[in-house]
Amino acid sequence: MAEMTSMESSPKPLLSLRNINMSFGGISALKNVSFDVLPGEVHCLAGENGSGKSTLIKIVTGVYRPEPGTIIDYDGQTYPHMSPMTAQAAGIQVIWQDLALFPEMTVAENIAFQTVLGSRPRFVHYGHMRDIAVKALARLGVSLDVDLPLKEYAIAQRQIVAIARALVGEAKLVFMDEPTASLTQSETDHLLDIVRNLSAAGVAVVFVSHRLAEVLDISNRLTVLRDGALVGVYPAAGMIQSRITELMTGKTFDHKLRARDVSANPVVLEVQNLSRPGLFEDISFTVRRGETLGITGLLGAGRTELALSLFGMLKPRSGTIRLEGKPVRFSSNRDAIAAGVAYLSEDRLSLGLVQPQSIADNLVVASLGRITSGGFLSDDRKRELVAGWITNLGIRIGRQGDAVSTLSGGNQQRIAIAKWLATDPKLLILDAPTVGVDVGARAGIFEIIAKLADSGLAIILISDEVPEVYFHADRVLHMAEGRIVNRFAPRDCTLRDIEAAVYA
Amino acid sequence: MRSIIQSHATEFALLVVIAVISVVLSLSTDSFLTPGNAFDLLNSSSVNIIFAVGLLVVLIAGGIDISFAVAASVAQYVTAILLGWIGGGGWISGLLIAGGVGVLLGAFNAFLIHKFRIISIVATIATFNIYFGLLMFFTRGVSIYNLPDWLTERVILYEREMADGSWIEITLPVLVMTICVIATWIFITRTTTGRQLYAFGDNPDGARRFGVNIAAMQFIAFGWLGLMAGIGGLVQAHYAQEVVPNALYGRELDVLAAVVLGGARLGGGKGTVLGCVLGVLLISITQNGLNLAGVSPFAFKMIIGAIILAAITLSNSNLEKRLPFMRQAKGRG
Amino acid sequence: MNALFNRTRAFLGPEMAGPGFALLAVIVFFSLASPQFLSRATFGSVAFQLPELGLLTLAMLLPVLTGGLNLAITFTANIAGLTAAWVLKSNGGVDAGPFAFFMACLLAIGVGAASGLVMGLVIAYTRAHPILVSLSMMIFLRGLGEFLTRGGDISGFPAFIQPLGHGSILGLPIPLLIFIICVLIWHLLLTRTKLGFNTYMIGSNIEATRYSGINTRRVQVLVYTLSGAMCAIAGIIMMARFNSVRVGHGESYLLITVLACFLGGVNPFGGFGRVIPVFVALVVLQLLSSGLNLIGANQHLATAVWGILLIAVMVLRFSAGRLKFLQRIKG
Repeated sequence: MAEMTSMESSPKPLLSLRNINMSFGGISALKNVSFDVLPGEVHCLAGENGSGKSTLIKIVTGVYRPEPGTIIDYDGQTYPHMSPMTAQAAGIQVIWQDLALFPEMTVAENIAFQTVLGSRPRFVHYGHMRDIAVKALARLGVSLDVDLPLKEYAIAQRQIVAIARALVGEAKLVFMDEPTASLTQSETDHLLDIVRNLSAAGVAVVFVSHRLAEVLDISNRLTVLRDGALVGVYPAAGMIQSRITELMTGKTFDHKLRARDVSANPVVLEVQNLSRPGLFEDISFTVRRGETLGITGLLGAGRTELALSLFGMLKPRSGTIRLEGKPVRFSSNRDAIAAGVAYLSEDRLSLGLVQPQSIADNLVVASLGRITSGGFLSDDRKRELVAGWITNLGIRIGRQGDAVSTLSGGNQQRIAIAKWLATDPKLLILDAPTVGVDVGARAGIFEIIAKLADSGLAIILISDEVPEVYFHADRVLHMAEGRIVNRFAPRDCTLRDIEAAVYA
Repeated sequence: MRSIIQSHATEFALLVVIAVISVVLSLSTDSFLTPGNAFDLLNSSSVNIIFAVGLLVVLIAGGIDISFAVAASVAQYVTAILLGWIGGGGWISGLLIAGGVGVLLGAFNAFLIHKFRIISIVATIATFNIYFGLLMFFTRGVSIYNLPDWLTERVILYEREMADGSWIEITLPVLVMTICVIATWIFITRTTTGRQLYAFGDNPDGARRFGVNIAAMQFIAFGWLGLMAGIGGLVQAHYAQEVVPNALYGRELDVLAAVVLGGARLGGGKGTVLGCVLGVLLISITQNGLNLAGVSPFAFKMIIGAIILAAITLSNSNLEKRLPFMRQAKGRG
Repeated sequence: MNALFNRTRAFLGPEMAGPGFALLAVIVFFSLASPQFLSRATFGSVAFQLPELGLLTLAMLLPVLTGGLNLAITFTANIAGLTAAWVLKSNGGVDAGPFAFFMACLLAIGVGAASGLVMGLVIAYTRAHPILVSLSMMIFLRGLGEFLTRGGDISGFPAFIQPLGHGSILGLPIPLLIFIICVLIWHLLLTRTKLGFNTYMIGSNIEATRYSGINTRRVQVLVYTLSGAMCAIAGIIMMARFNSVRVGHGESYLLITVLACFLGGVNPFGGFGRVIPVFVALVVLQLLSSGLNLIGANQHLATAVWGILLIAVMVLRFSAGRLKFLQRIKG
């Protein structure tokens, strides 16, 4: 059926992959996958972590060699496999998620890197590089000072530099790996404009992502992978995020509204007119015992900054924070933790957990006092405490001494939650708790959150995925540009209402 | 102008500090601000500057090398012995041998680092001990004083008596140093390979994905430092008119301090030849000035240590906050 | 039985493989090469040489575990030694009493700790690279020491401090006993205290540790302060052993201490490493130099062999890692 939709009377594909098989040490990463890209189209490649998306990019760009039997037809030629050089020479470019830029070098050097600096040893002509860079930026309708080091620019401009670099080599096919992950809405809009122009100029663009809501609008087709196999190819028109999720996971999620009325419960947190100019302004809200307050909004809306100031890591300029009625002023997050506030970071890899260290140590790091007796840490107490939480939250681990990095995203997040629960908090702030967690494993996280709320914990759930807060929070705040612009009660509104407000 | 100061903040700051120190010293001593003294300074700093520009290249490529100073001693010794065998030789053969030995020793570091993925500080601490231990073992710590005449004879390329009676001299070490500095500058700013070194130091993974040859980068960086170490070693033998196997022992950390003072970053991707030379000069000028001011020679190092400590502390404690014009565009633009 | 095995393994840790293997290899090789190797004399020379290098290595270990380095250890030890010498001198020199010696030790440890404290503060509050901070501290302390002593020796201490460097209790050299006590303290510190726990944590990821509510600055400052205090103990032992203090004593140990840490399986980036394997690595280094001495080589050859040993261990570790990787791929 999948084949049928893609075999309509369409122009000859620019890229056509047939029978790709790829395995690593006997574990199959791609099973008999076929993939087509038409000239000038915008194509989405969707799949969960580990579904084979990045393996596919690496095969097309020559980083990996697929097993024999694969046919790569590209631009009228057939290749048994690619190499990085042939792929680049043939006009295949990738904009990696980490951008792979050089912050200390100038914008011009970054853009002209492949064409000028990447070549064999010779003298550099800075003027030539500057010309290339200015021209490439002009094509995107952007002007930057090409002589400044790249580190002077913010992430959105850096992404533009990465795109400009990809276009220098007369690209015909551009892969964009999770391109909107770190962009705000207006930056995303600008990116989409650029992609539209590229597409109009005949360059094919493939978006690779597990979250495609923003880019579906301008896409032509959608290819979904699951567990290394092709699920199907679909027209993008009329596709919605929930349907993509079903295709990616193979499961149907029937969401039920969790929202309850907890207005009779005592107030745990009361924030009044909290401001930190430039980050957030005039924020007022309350959270009650057993309540889950959702905060949504786009990247850059000031959500994380607000959370950090409740956690004592960012000082507000004015306004008050009251915990159980008492005004508090934290000089560090240690004060906040002592007062019963816990904060699960949005960046699990570099801030949420100490990845190389053991599961047990990560779980107890915030509550060392509990495993201390007579001034010394007790291994037995640590083991007990950890074992207790592992059972309590249903975490699947090998040994307590294994590095956290060996766990799946979902289990890592449970360890991070357990770490904070071990501090016995009154208020738990969860900042994007499902980032990097497979769609299938997210339900488990939300079950835990619901259980915690039922046991009386006050929870702030921050997410830029509107359905998450709609279905799992009791009330929803919408932040934009540092202010609360809307307040929703999921029982009295629809998901569309909130989405319309957020993506307006 | 603002952008020049901004993008060369370290060099600018060093120049200011050097100027201030020079003014203070020239007011407190008569002999500091004389051409004769300036050229003396240049002569005596030559060896360190040669080492420094070599080390700069390794730092830019994201590595560190502890072994180069003892490698220079090895190069010195081997050259002295080989020159004895071939019956004298000359500057060309001397530089070729010393440079060649240096490159070999540097390449051995690169081999360990690339082939076995040993991080550079571990690998070069190991080779530091190997090179130095073997040198002392085979030479039994015996110095060579019987060097060929051409090596010990002072070569004065230009001399002139100034009005105040002091002599200015440009000697061979200064020439060799100038060539090394210019060659390094051209190499790292004007060739594709040099820029690839910056890219590799800045973002190794990114550089790899864009086709930069990682093995070549390691061998070139450590090879260049090896070359500079060999040349510097021979020049030092010329300057000191003797080859003492442990004469350069400990120099590595002094040079490292000077290079980092000059703005190079441990971790790679950053550093300029100008900053590096100014870093060495700042230290020499301070030392020279203190000497002329009659400060006890035993106090030099203490004061220099304090200056470096202060410089590192200041340069890391958010200068931008204190100097608004240097503030960078941070965060979302 | 199995539990005992597991406990032992947990005590020794996975870092033990390299130094343990090297220990066996060195003992087997030299027993075959020289009949005198397995003797009291070898034990004696190792036992007296181990403590100085060992104490300095302990001082190096803590900063390395946090992902840093303390290049000022040898001169911190010298300056602390000078402090002790100065106190003794101003209290009668050879006639100084035990109380003066006690004060001398206290003050020396205070001075060592102070030098560490300054480095710790600079590193924690400015985030300057520890290599640079400790390097400039090293240059400063060396200069200070040379300025104070004019490059000479200070000697003339009371006779009762000599046993600290040369004496024995029950056949065990006193410096060795002091070293072993320090090893145990460090082991306890790293495995049983919050400070030790947090040392490993910040070695792996300082920001994530800070987000977990740990006062990471305090940890860094304490780590360097303790490192400085440990240097002072090394300085006092050196003073007793040489019966004099000279700036530059033990200078060549600096990079050997780093080598010993890496040989003992400490991760060069920080976060992992244990005291006991480092102790074994130190024994290996001393056995090597004693063994080479027996078969007619000198300390310089031993230095070279130490370097070769470090490379051999790193290469083996690399190969083992590669083998594991291949096995995982196949499995």
